[in-house]
Amino acid sequence: MLSCKEVTRVCSDELERPLKLGEQASLHLHLVMCTGCTQYRRQLRTLRQVMQAYAEGRALPPVDPREDEDR
Amino acid sequence: MTGASDAEDSRGANREREGSMRGISAESLLSLRADMLRFADLQLRDRAMAEDLVQESIEAALRKSSSFNGQSTLKTWVFAILRNRIIDHLRQASRTVNMSSLVDDGEDWHEKLEAMFTERGAWRDGPRPVAWPDPQESMQTRQFWSVFETCLDHLPPATGRVFMMREFLGFESDEICRQLSISTSNCHVILHRARLKLRTCMDTGWGRPEGAPC
Repeated sequence: MLSCKEVTRVCSDELERPLKLGEQASLHLHLVMCTGCTQYRRQLRTLRQVMQAYAEGRALPPVDPREDEDR
Repeated sequence: MTGASDAEDSRGANREREGSMRGISAESLLSLRADMLRFADLQLRDRAMAEDLVQESIEAALRKSSSFNGQSTLKTWVFAILRNRIIDHLRQASRTVNMSSLVDDGEDWHEKLEAMFTERGAWRDGPRPVAWPDPQESMQTRQFWSVFETCLDHLPPATGRVFMMREFLGFESDEICRQLSISTSNCHVILHRARLKLRTCMDTGWGRPEGAPC
């Protein structure tokens, strides 16, 4: 039985390499019982999407005081 | 040295004129300069090098402006050029500098990450992840991006570099391991810790603004 701490590692590895069958089984067994880790896994995917948007230059620049009049 | 850069300046000016004739003005590129600099600096953590690469990218964009087909936004197109410059630079640097010496951030910050879990490895109540707001919506706000950049900036330097190579520049983790002469499993551990830390930071700064203990 994997602990939450181990599951966070597997969720990251999953983004780097195909998981072994055993790893996949233990991951999903844990996820059905653990909302924390289910959210964690979802959040890693969100972070990847955000990074992708960022790398494409889709980030908004920081608040520019000169633009105050526009807002 | 001065002579060479004068010549470079006048070539640059010519390119700017050529570029603007094809519909991309030097002004529109220069307005992206501040964003490009933050982007490059975050990746390289070397201001002077970041400025050089941004300058080169702006010049390259003007030279190649005829290949900008207007399908992507100008910003996306220019950022792709800059990203490629950064990738080339890192590949070259890894041949001349022993980058493995950069892959050590000490152990202190790991302890904070460990403290999110009980001795048996279960989430403690405070740090246990709960659902985040809709990221698509948040990505339309400046506040979100300023938290995100701050969080990236707060990754320990070596860890940040590996993470950025992976997620930002799109290197496969195998290539990162090779370039930095570290083992695959070490590389995966570094990426794992980077994600754990970045997630925690985003959680505090954006995901639950009511302020959870961190």
